[in-house]
Amino acid sequence: MDRRYFFKASLAGGAALATGAASCPAQARGNKDLPPEALGLLFDSTLCVGCKACVAACKEANDMPPEFSTQEQYWDTPLDLSGKTLNVIKAYRHGSVEQKDRAENGYAFIKKSCMHCVDPSCVSACPVSAMQKDPKTGVVTYDKEACIGCRYCVAACPFGVPRFTYDKALPQISKCQLCVHRHKDGKYAACAEVCPTGATLYGTVADIQKEIARRKTLEPGKQAMFPRGKLGGPDQSYPNVVGTYLDHTYGEKEFGGTQMLMLTGVPFEKLGYPDLPPRSDAALSETLQHTLYGGLIAPIAVLGALTFIAKRNVKPEDEEGEPHGK
Amino acid sequence: MANNHAHARTHAPAPLGGSLLTPFTLLLGVLSAIAGFILVYRFFYGLGAVTNLNDGYPWGIWIAYDVVVGSAFACGGYVMALLVYIFNKGQYHPLVRPALLASLFGYTLAGVSVIFDLGRWWNFWHIFWPGYAQVNSVMFEVAVCISAYIVVMWIEFSPAFLEKLGMKDVKRKLNKLLFFFIALGVLLPSMHQSSLGSLLVIFGQQIHPLWQSGALLPLIYLMTAILLGFAVVILEATLSSTGFGRPLETKVLTPLSKIMLGLLAAYLALRILDLLWRGALGTAFAFTLEAGMFWIEMAAFVVPLALLAPASARRSASKLFAAAVMLLAGGMLLRINGFLVGYQTGDGWHYFPSFAELMVTVGIIAFEILAYIVIVRKFPVLPAAQPATR
Repeated sequence: MDRRYFFKASLAGGAALATGAASCPAQARGNKDLPPEALGLLFDSTLCVGCKACVAACKEANDMPPEFSTQEQYWDTPLDLSGKTLNVIKAYRHGSVEQKDRAENGYAFIKKSCMHCVDPSCVSACPVSAMQKDPKTGVVTYDKEACIGCRYCVAACPFGVPRFTYDKALPQISKCQLCVHRHKDGKYAACAEVCPTGATLYGTVADIQKEIARRKTLEPGKQAMFPRGKLGGPDQSYPNVVGTYLDHTYGEKEFGGTQMLMLTGVPFEKLGYPDLPPRSDAALSETLQHTLYGGLIAPIAVLGALTFIAKRNVKPEDEEGEPHGK
Repeated sequence: MANNHAHARTHAPAPLGGSLLTPFTLLLGVLSAIAGFILVYRFFYGLGAVTNLNDGYPWGIWIAYDVVVGSAFACGGYVMALLVYIFNKGQYHPLVRPALLASLFGYTLAGVSVIFDLGRWWNFWHIFWPGYAQVNSVMFEVAVCISAYIVVMWIEFSPAFLEKLGMKDVKRKLNKLLFFFIALGVLLPSMHQSSLGSLLVIFGQQIHPLWQSGALLPLIYLMTAILLGFAVVILEATLSSTGFGRPLETKVLTPLSKIMLGLLAAYLALRILDLLWRGALGTAFAFTLEAGMFWIEMAAFVVPLALLAPASARRSASKLFAAAVMLLAGGMLLRINGFLVGYQTGDGWHYFPSFAELMVTVGIIAFEILAYIVIVRKFPVLPAAQPATR
């Protein structure tokens, strides 16, 4: 009887623990915070002239093969990100294509490369830590030596950034890593380094946010100075005409924020960027996992209860296959 | 573990015997071999050489069917263990061992077929390795939990092999600990079958609202996995009765189907309330592929509910079988719809499995059935048709 009572008590305790774990709000996590020295890019669509120097420089800096979309395979002509292309400039065209940075009868250029999310889905999805977010700079990196090639990151990313080399027997994921491999030589993201108009700028997210605030105060149509290359680096600024910006800075709030921020004159949905909620999907996914499995409390409690019940119901018999009449 | 239950005296499992080489097993063998050749080709020339996978649909039927549906179809062992050893329903005991065998193959093949789909398969052990393992990942939980369950099932099933191999000592010792493995064998599928649904959470709005149930996904996937467990037990019991010319087990299946019916009603209530709560039901009335697939899926759950509602229908072997088949289709559609039909990462992406991709899936199913036939003919799995006597 004593033993029975003990088991009953532990069962009740286990159930209580399980309920506790399942309803513990302390386990919930919100979006992650921007790392202290977050690095990123500013893409200003109104400055981009569509020369694609950044696409070529990216290929060279990352040793990526050319990709052809035309009959004559003379030069690299990627149409989208792929296993061979980490950065691409796409064109928006509408109607008579008369005026730049206008949605109606206009055109615009837009950059596609990793957004370096503050709370990236790919990092949360990756089962083997191949996708990592640098705790200091926030750069989202990929380690092919760790990767198992499950492509959960490819499926999870709302921007369609990580890509996979399906044509290879020994495949890997391809994504922009903000040229971290060039940092040790004092270099930075090749796309920003070569951009002739400063449409793509490299810098800390803090500096980028200041630059965005400055641009929004400028008067459209007037002349102003625009930095090129790296914010906080050597002065390469030049005068240009101020574009007409939408209020919306893409990446400021989307999905818990991104470290690539974008200014345009054309709404982002038209440029192929999804309208995303302010909460990251990683936050909900991890809250759910931590609620169910945090500290393995709930599974162990349930296992305890199941073991107790199974022990009572499963009776080891002397011999199998020789049934006794009872 | 078959006989260690108090109620299980009369139907001791015994090998069926009989010939292994029939036209049917030959066909299964050929289909398995074709899949084998395609897979060899895949490992030399990459996933793109045999599949229609692309960056808009990085997961195809090898994940959505072979793993997500395949493992759910293999829940018979889990559900029977839950019923017999946790809810102490001894009358279902004769169903445990055959159900467990089917689960063993279903899960082992689901686990193995993951390797076919992994691009960098030689690194797969990283999932279990501290330093690589990333515990916030739903995929990590699914992978570890499924692997653990496969091991647990082999242990649970080993009495059948030990019996054959005459290792009575080992068997006796194992029998004393079996209750713990049975408990694990109930816990682990509860965890990963729900997590298979949680995999979709991080896809966010890339999943159509009809299937993006957010925090309810684990419950929806768990409930349907249990439903599929019931359905697959009815299917297997009926097929192996007719296929091996044995008496039908309708007497056991009738009360089983009543439990299944209750769970089915609860699932449908949850599914519809969730859609209403999220305001997603409106999208089901649009003229889209997604809406069409949704109604087929719902019909496959609702029709069995109506079919088995009268008590007399639950005593009919053919109605039980029909309901089970429809439920299997419904559970499969829920998963295929969630992972493929309802997945959209941007404009311009299309996916339909290639012929080679389909043949691999067909081959895996064929191999599973073939192995089941071989094992039940050679090992004591199915309850003996006549009660054994001393």
